[in-house]
Amino acid sequence: MRPQGARLSREFVERLSWEKGEPAWMREHRLRCLAIFEKLPMPRFGPDLSALDLADLTYYARPVEPVRSWEELPEELRRTFQALGLPEAEQRALAGLGAQVDSEEVYRSLLAELRAKGVVFTSMERAVREFPEVREYFMRVIPPEDNKFAALHGAVWSGGTFIWVPEGVEVEIPLQAYYRMQTEGVGQFEHTLILAEPGSSLHYIEGCSAPRYSRASLHSGMVEIVAKEGARVRFTTIQNWSRNVYNLNNKRAWAYAGARVDWVSGSLGSRVTMLYPTTVLLGKGAATENLSFTFAQEGMWLDTGARAIHRAPDTSSRLVARSVVQGRATSVFRGTIHVAPEARGAKAHMECSTLLLSPEARTETIPVVRAETDEVELGHEATVGRVSQEQLFYLRSRGLDEAQALSLIVNGFVSPILKEIPWEYALELRRLLEMSFEKAVA
Amino acid sequence: MAALVVRDLAVRVGDKLVLQDVDLELAPARIHALMGPNGSGKSTLALALAGHPAYAVVRGQALLEGQDLLPLPPEARARAGLLVAFQNPPEVEGVKLREFLRLACAERGQGFCEFQKAFPLALARLRLQDFRDRELNVGFSGGEKKRAELLQLYLLRPKVALLDEPDSGVDVDALKLIAEVIREMAEAGTAVLLITHNPRLLTYLPPAQVFVLLDGRIAECGGPELACKIGEEGFEVVRR
Ligand SMILES: Nc1ncnc2c1ncn2[C@@H]1O[C@H](COP(=O)(O)OP(=O)(O)O)[C@@H](O)[C@H]1O
Ligand SMILES: [Mg+2]
Repeated sequence: MRPQGARLSREFVERLSWEKGEPAWMREHRLRCLAIFEKLPMPRFGPDLSALDLADLTYYARPVEPVRSWEELPEELRRTFQALGLPEAEQRALAGLGAQVDSEEVYRSLLAELRAKGVVFTSMERAVREFPEVREYFMRVIPPEDNKFAALHGAVWSGGTFIWVPEGVEVEIPLQAYYRMQTEGVGQFEHTLILAEPGSSLHYIEGCSAPRYSRASLHSGMVEIVAKEGARVRFTTIQNWSRNVYNLNNKRAWAYAGARVDWVSGSLGSRVTMLYPTTVLLGKGAATENLSFTFAQEGMWLDTGARAIHRAPDTSSRLVARSVVQGRATSVFRGTIHVAPEARGAKAHMECSTLLLSPEARTETIPVVRAETDEVELGHEATVGRVSQEQLFYLRSRGLDEAQALSLIVNGFVSPILKEIPWEYALELRRLLEMSFEKAVA
Repeated sequence: MAALVVRDLAVRVGDKLVLQDVDLELAPARIHALMGPNGSGKSTLALALAGHPAYAVVRGQALLEGQDLLPLPPEARARAGLLVAFQNPPEVEGVKLREFLRLACAERGQGFCEFQKAFPLALARLRLQDFRDRELNVGFSGGEKKRAELLQLYLLRPKVALLDEPDSGVDVDALKLIAEVIREMAEAGTAVLLITHNPRLLTYLPPAQVFVLLDGRIAECGGPELACKIGEEGFEVVRR
């Protein structure tokens, strides 16, 4: 399909489905989502989205053909991926890796031993054609009625990954996906569906970046996770989108009895982010942890949060957020804990701290806690701190420049979350932080 | 040559001229004292020399081994070799003492191996063994803060150390320890300015020279006997 003319319309959606060779159910699903999208209003809370013109986006672009090895990629993209350390990480630290540019995957690999154990790690398109399980779960965890961008995603999704981990198989080293938006004014809508069978385990990592353009682009991915009895899934995202990207995502998990789903999110880029990873605790003893780190810099609005919905006895959740705000930027954290009447013996804890680096920085914490049974243990803390001129001067008077002093303070502040991230990524996060302080001070 | 020369210094805080006509010279490997009642401007002098943005130098000069400090930002003054032990060091949440000092030592040109060796020794010297992984000054008692300030300077080995009331809030045993460490620093070549309004520390560390600050001006300057006299009769001696 030509990216020119890939504007949002019924005809476009039909053509997209036809070119992907999809079964009829998916084509119908897309059209149903489009109808819902047209009916639903824009989000009525949070950041200003008026500069995002949905009619002006390119809904499909495929600037690069898929390749079998990194060497076959076009020179410039190869250098980008190299600078991001992807080929090296693939060799050293990953069980599998997928890379997507705009609408389509360009590269994918999986260790042979995992393939031998029956692990499936494949493109969403192929999964829709070949795996009947997909139909059972696709947009069941997040239905299109949930919000306008979920519906839009359902209509125009392209790319992404399907992962199936067979019963009892533990994938000990992480699988990774990398998303790159290359074309100006593009929309990227990858769909990730993870089915973890009973007793299996998986750590999945997403990274994201884009070159900077003056025109707005949209990233609206969707992640659905189904963790069956006793399964463990950890989903880590580190996004460093450029400042013209609207990053409006939907991520949700179902956790059955004894299962555990952990979300780790690092948001360092984008112009606007709306991201509220959610776990629905459906079975007795299911648990979730949600760790979020945001770094809002000049001109950005990072609207993030976490939700835990307790629907079974003895379930537990822990939501931890650390936000740093610099310059004229806004960081909002929306934490929701809902304990249904049947969730007796549930435990939920929410803790949110913000560090303001400038007088103009804005922050808000919006906790919503609803417990429909008395047999719960709930905890909630929120703090806001400010880096004082006295602290900065003190560190400078010992020979650290302002950028060093700020990144030392911020590193300390976020260390409870960095500890949870694989060390290579924690290192990368630290490096990104330092770079942004050097820029801000200069 | 003097390690630090201050000439005709005048400092403004807000609208108020806090220091005027301040002249002093500090010699390497010597202990000097700056005495004066509360509010006379002692801390202002230390903070202005360190480059605190709220303390505006309106006139004068400050030369560190001949290099003009006043145009430099605070970190460059520290790297050049001038350090202040704060009267009231702030607490810095999240920053580990060790991490911070490792960076600061690197900026003073000390290698990592050198730091690895020196750090535990310095902790032991100041009886701060349990503070290795503590956050900088967070929850330290008054006396612990003073020892931690000295620990930093001890490791960073400045050419000029301005110690702002290292003795206040410190018990007798710790006072002796602090005096020994300061003496050791001076013997290693540091030019020390002890800022205090309490003559007791000076009985442990007889200063080569005593400056007395009254209402923002150096009112008198003398040998160790001046400190004794102030100890006996108070600052009235100088006022008269
Ligand atoms: N940051 C400040 N803001 C306002 N006034 C100050 C500040 N620092 C010092 N001063 C004023 O300057 C004068 C000298 O203070 P200071 O240098 O702290 O005295 P000392 O250390 O000798 O007790 C006092 O009148 C004090 O109130
Ligand atoms: Mg003082």
